[in-house]
Amino acid sequence: MARLRVNGRSHDVQTAADAPLLYALRNDLGLSGPKFGCGLGQCGACTVLVDGRATRSCIRRVGTVAEDAEIVTVEGLGAPASPHPLQSAFIAEQAVQCGYCTAGLVMAGAALLQETPDPGDDQIRAALDGHLCRCGAYGRVVRAVRRAAGEMRR
Amino acid sequence: MTTTRRDFLGTSGSLVVAFAMGRPRAAGAQELPRSLGREPSLDSWLRLDASGRITVFSGKCEIGQGIKTALVQIVADELDVGLASVDIVTADTARTPNEGYTAGSMSMQTSGAALRQAAAEVRQILLKEAAGRLGAATGALSVSEGRVRAPNGRGVTYSQLVEGADLRGEARGEAQPKLPGERRLAGTSVPRLDIPAKVFGQAAFVHDLRLDGMVHARVVRPPSYGARLARVRPVVNEVPGALRTHRDGSFLAVVNEREENAVAMAEDLAARAEWEGETELPPADDLDGWLRRQETADGEVSALGVDPASVPSSMRVKASYAKPYLAHGSVAPSCAVAVDRAGELTVWTHSQGVFPLRASLARVLGIAAEKIRCIHMDGAGCYGHNGADDAACDAALLARALPGRPVRVLWSRQDELRWAPFGSAMSIDLEAGLDDSGRVTSWRHDLWSHAHSTRPGRQPTFVAGWHLAEPVPLPSALNIPQPFGGADRNAVPLYDFGSQRIVEHFIRHMPVRVSALRSLGAFANVFAIESFMDVLAAKAGADPIDFRLRHLSDPRGRAVVEAVRESSGWVSPVKAGSGRGFAFTRYKNRGSYLAMVVEVSAAGGAISVDRATAVVDAGEIVNPDGVRNQIEGGIVQAASWALRESVSMDSSRVRSTDWRSYPILRFSEVPEVSVELIDHPELPPLGVGETAQGPTAAAIANAIAAATGERRSTIPLERAVV
Repeated sequence: MARLRVNGRSHDVQTAADAPLLYALRNDLGLSGPKFGCGLGQCGACTVLVDGRATRSCIRRVGTVAEDAEIVTVEGLGAPASPHPLQSAFIAEQAVQCGYCTAGLVMAGAALLQETPDPGDDQIRAALDGHLCRCGAYGRVVRAVRRAAGEMRR
Repeated sequence: MTTTRRDFLGTSGSLVVAFAMGRPRAAGAQELPRSLGREPSLDSWLRLDASGRITVFSGKCEIGQGIKTALVQIVADELDVGLASVDIVTADTARTPNEGYTAGSMSMQTSGAALRQAAAEVRQILLKEAAGRLGAATGALSVSEGRVRAPNGRGVTYSQLVEGADLRGEARGEAQPKLPGERRLAGTSVPRLDIPAKVFGQAAFVHDLRLDGMVHARVVRPPSYGARLARVRPVVNEVPGALRTHRDGSFLAVVNEREENAVAMAEDLAARAEWEGETELPPADDLDGWLRRQETADGEVSALGVDPASVPSSMRVKASYAKPYLAHGSVAPSCAVAVDRAGELTVWTHSQGVFPLRASLARVLGIAAEKIRCIHMDGAGCYGHNGADDAACDAALLARALPGRPVRVLWSRQDELRWAPFGSAMSIDLEAGLDDSGRVTSWRHDLWSHAHSTRPGRQPTFVAGWHLAEPVPLPSALNIPQPFGGADRNAVPLYDFGSQRIVEHFIRHMPVRVSALRSLGAFANVFAIESFMDVLAAKAGADPIDFRLRHLSDPRGRAVVEAVRESSGWVSPVKAGSGRGFAFTRYKNRGSYLAMVVEVSAAGGAISVDRATAVVDAGEIVNPDGVRNQIEGGIVQAASWALRESVSMDSSRVRSTDWRSYPILRFSEVPEVSVELIDHPELPPLGVGETAQGPTAAAIANAIAAATGERRSTIPLERAVV
């Protein structure tokens, strides 16, 4: 049992303290944005924000997340009726092939743009370098993050 | 020994090789597209309801290539409705036509053509009904947004016409689909319909399927392909929520109410399981030599002109090329959900072929195929036969053991990289003769390879089947025959050489699990041919592109080559330490054309692929941005294969089991890619998903040679540097 604050609301979850946060988000809270990709923190598909920091939820244990820490998943970032600029930009650039890595990339992009509102392409690549996209949509993803940065500075 | 290519006929194993039964046609009617000919009922493909909504049924599935969007575009176009009026149902054994596998870059040619014709026929029926109601000739009617108008201003909607018009008849081949100039949607970059759900984190993948009462399962696999379970030591620590530890021979699995507990149970069980026996794997330090030492079934793939050995030449040139086993490495491990309700089994799967999967599941489970329904749901990017079908079999076996409970199986990353099939290692010898004028006068290509498809369908090929108490072993391997080719795909050169012999040395023994990986043998064959063409050009003292054009008569091939020479700035100087490389192909010798130029820099021994420029002729292009996306991704993925990838193994075990031991290209390493399309809306679509794989590897190797003077002929190309 643990208490987690996710997308602006507090929830009690059944997940044990030593279990990965990912399972609490997906199975107790029914969220689909964070994905299981490797369970090793190597691919980035499970990335969420914890107090604004991009965090690999497949290796972060539930018990290490404070009750009042703000966890944000891609569902909390924006919705079809009120999309986050990154979500709009991923659609505008069609920066997706299969889309399995997408939510993690959007979250890593969000963490980057909070710290660095006007990143250069090299900064974007460096920030996303720990994320794998096997379909090879990398170039489009960089363009999407750049586009979102421009939108957010307006 | 000779290959028995007839072996393949009659199998449904690997490609959609459809054999249309010619039905008698009325005078003036055209031959139906193959898929439609096999399943001519219009309502198998299209249904209109009384609200005017249109539902499309396709046997093809979304594997990250954007097929749903392209098919909806085609239908909306033919029926003159907006995209928003069309829903699509794909690859469901209970609802859609059987279109075999979504493979071989064939979906637009098969399902696209079938749906276009079916939609044209439905439109004709609706117009006939409208003509009667409106008192006008069909030719005088116009349609917009599902509303039919007569010249006198009267109108009627599709939803009004549905009652009265019989849309359940058979396609007759009498309706003429729209001509290219009449299309509004096909040929435009419609945004993909499936992307928003994926960007907003909605349940979009089979991994996200949640059913009432669903439980979580994990399979515990042996450490080596051929290992057998000897014993399982008793449980010491009980994991809460445990529902079942399942053992059937050497097939071991656990089921738990909660996912993290299923993982804990699997780890505990793996630690208690004792295995014996192992499979001897090829030697890592002599893979190429090992391939050539295997017993082979030899066959001539192509023979043109006199024996190449008898052709006089002023210079003979030889080279050898090699490619290791490569992993699909889908970013999600394989997943499936299955439930057995009163003996009726439903399986949700990201398999590329729900019908062949069903046939094979029926064999393994010993139940009638009619008792099984397989429904496709999206998985992560699929580049061929990965673990999708295996996970479906795992889930089906466990669902049978726990009737009434939906069972979700998710593979671990380690098992995905260890147990999913690999693309076969290959070895290739090329030999050519050049005459005094710098023309190739003879050509010989020898290739050694395992099979490139061991998909289920013809027979079950599931991993779980090997391990059951009553095992279902892997059937003997077959090669896919020409004109598509498996190991020999794209082994026949596209150039005019006069005298050529292409010989395949097919290795039936498969100690390493192999099957279809994007482009099959074409990756290695095109890598070899296009690398060797550069070698020959240098011997002939010719520019690599000029040298290709000297031997290339196909006008569409010449057009992409000439276009990329322009757009890549081929003749402009490169900076010191950099080099450009060129390559050309026509996928499967009958699919889309692609020519590309790659620029690499080699600083301090490290190779960086900086830029790739490609020109593609894919016939009719239904969604230009979708095609670009496929080519861009194909180039990036093939660059990763070519530079870096190789499955590592020791004498009995696969050792590359995560992203550290199987590294792939990352954000900081990918080239800038630009893709130019030559559109031929008047010609059939040719498929683009696999075209870029082979040429990318060759263009990189050629660019490395241009930059460094060193010719690399073994993949991974980076390895020589390290």
